[in-house]
Amino acid sequence: MSSFTPESNTAAGSPLLSVQGLCCERDGRQLFAGLTFCLNPGTAIQVVGANGAGKSTLIRTLIGSVSDFHGDISWRGRAFPRGVRSMRAELLYIGHNAGVRRGLTPLENLAWYGASEREACEALEAVGLFGFEDLLCQQLSAGQNRRVALARLYLPDPAPLWVLDEPLAALDVAGVQSLEARMEAHLSSGGSLLVTSHQPVHIQPLAQVDLADFQPPWGGTLDDARDFPLAASSVDREVRHG
Amino acid sequence: MSWQWFHRLGSPRWFYQKSSAWLPWLGAAALLLLTVGIVWGLGFAPEDAKQGNSYRIIYIHVPAAFLALAGYYIMAISGAIGLIWKMKLSFVVMRAAAPIGAVLTFVALFTGAVWGKPTWGTYWVWDARITSMLILFFLYLGVMALSGAFSREQSGDKASALLALVGTVNIPIIYKSVDWWFTLHQPATLKLTEASTIDPSMFYPLITMIAGFYLFYAWVLTLHTRALILQREWRTQWVRELMGTSSAARG
Amino acid sequence: MPGQGGARRAVRFSRLPGFLTLLRTEFILAARRRADIVNPLLFFVTVLAMMPLGIGPEPEMLARMAPGLIWVMALLATLLSQESLFRNDYEDGSLEQLALQSQPLYFPVLAKVLVHWLVTGLPLALLSPLLGMMLNLGAAGYWPLFVSLVLGTASLSLIGGVGAALTVALRRPGLLLALIIMPLYVPVLIFGTGTVQAALDGYSFGPQLAILGAILATAAALAPLASAGAIRISLEN
Repeated sequence: MSSFTPESNTAAGSPLLSVQGLCCERDGRQLFAGLTFCLNPGTAIQVVGANGAGKSTLIRTLIGSVSDFHGDISWRGRAFPRGVRSMRAELLYIGHNAGVRRGLTPLENLAWYGASEREACEALEAVGLFGFEDLLCQQLSAGQNRRVALARLYLPDPAPLWVLDEPLAALDVAGVQSLEARMEAHLSSGGSLLVTSHQPVHIQPLAQVDLADFQPPWGGTLDDARDFPLAASSVDREVRHG
Repeated sequence: MSWQWFHRLGSPRWFYQKSSAWLPWLGAAALLLLTVGIVWGLGFAPEDAKQGNSYRIIYIHVPAAFLALAGYYIMAISGAIGLIWKMKLSFVVMRAAAPIGAVLTFVALFTGAVWGKPTWGTYWVWDARITSMLILFFLYLGVMALSGAFSREQSGDKASALLALVGTVNIPIIYKSVDWWFTLHQPATLKLTEASTIDPSMFYPLITMIAGFYLFYAWVLTLHTRALILQREWRTQWVRELMGTSSAARG
Repeated sequence: MPGQGGARRAVRFSRLPGFLTLLRTEFILAARRRADIVNPLLFFVTVLAMMPLGIGPEPEMLARMAPGLIWVMALLATLLSQESLFRNDYEDGSLEQLALQSQPLYFPVLAKVLVHWLVTGLPLALLSPLLGMMLNLGAAGYWPLFVSLVLGTASLSLIGGVGAALTVALRRPGLLLALIIMPLYVPVLIFGTGTVQAALDGYSFGPQLAILGAILATAAALAPLASAGAIRISLEN
């Protein structure tokens, strides 16, 4: 794991996703400023930061769910918000709320994501849920529900960009290892990955973006100063999204 | 950038500073027109042949009812501008317009009830216009409640703007259906006369009052918008400087 | 070439749940939450059974009030059941997954509202003759009551969906939902009861039904659009 610099990844060709001077705010509090990185095919980026540093807000800004931001984001050279549509066509996103319906069985959940029954069974077997495919998700444990969501990564022909918010949470050791193997296979087939995690992610190549390095400046221009808190607010406003 | 002027127009700070210049003139003009209208309407306009002096409440009731409806559209249009062009200022105007409109609707309802007692012998009649006004009041309350329910300000802005827009589409339908409902249920004993032709000597003071109410509305809306701007932007440099200088001047 | 592969995969991967899949999923979910179907109906019947206890058992008075009472109760039953329309999907993240798809949210919203109507509005309409009998409704009123409820509750579900989408990000939207949506229900209520009243008074009720149909058509075209916008706003929260 090397410390990330924007230049280190540009050699591999044009970036898929490039972020220039991004500032995000939440409830009038600036979370980070001047965030710059780019994500190339075949590479992975892990976003790290303390609770409330804005990891989830960053992720949700990058997938186009949150539209209040300053700075430039572009997908395959097409700037947001125009690029959002083409980015989403190539996106597989698993958020903190993983998109698993508790009233459906794992099989039905995967069918909702467009999988045939055979594909869904194979994917569920790959995440170790063989034999559970016909139980309702509300009867499964938290870790098993997370595995149902992650089974989407094992469906054939996955989308090129994976954005995963805390995918390792609630997984056991074997589950983490198997997921890391799947991520590496995805990278080696030319896909790319953006992941947030509090735990270390053991995959290669992996670069890190630490939100602590992009703290908003306290001086700065008037416009920058607009949303500064007078005192550092200790309220954790990110509880909802982790 | 050719859009720069537009974004500057949408900047709350720019609005706050520009409006300081014309605010006193607006207030003075509103108060002048209102004073003239009230003195003219209450003191000099002739007495009504059937209703006597009680009709004079129209000089409050009619302009308030006018602006109650217009205010809803002003609120909804500001919200729509905010949704489409992401102008911060227009959301602030929308939020500022909601309670003012609600108060005007209440004034129209209240004066209608006061007027109803001598005219119909009862404070409340389920008349088409009164009922529509009551529903308009509920629409205002809904927008206000929704905008206050979100802890994240931007979400409250957008959600209540959308609700106001949905209300705009509905208002004509609601008015028409209430009209129809009233003709269906109108009891024979209670014959409400349609607003008959009004004598010019009564009409000119009314026009003055309506114009005065419009200016007064614009003045109060500007004042409230300015207050909300300060409340929203209290963290920024310019508000803190403004507050600092004004308290320094006083102290 | 990764670019070409990406394009091909994108086509494969963006295969979304089609309208029929959406409908079927909603049906499965509704069928597994039977309490959500039965409770509004029980509420409807129970509260209407309270009415004669409150206002007295005189048949003439009940007959006069029956259309209005049944309609207001249908309004409340729909409203109460609507709060949870998008809630589960919001909380488990599948609403966000839908919003990420490139297809408009119009059809997913329409599918949810349609299923909501099929499991609440339609059963209410089917129950209405029974309640009409309990409240001594005139024989001429049964058929118009049923038809007006079928058309009207569909509009109520569509309009209420906007409110449900606007409040889905809030923790306890119950009363707020009623406050913002009730005024929008007024035209449906007026023409719904108007249909029954016209039939009871011996007039043709066709015009009122036509207006209810027009309201339904307008609501079906516009309300899901507003709901879709509201969902995107709520997801930003």
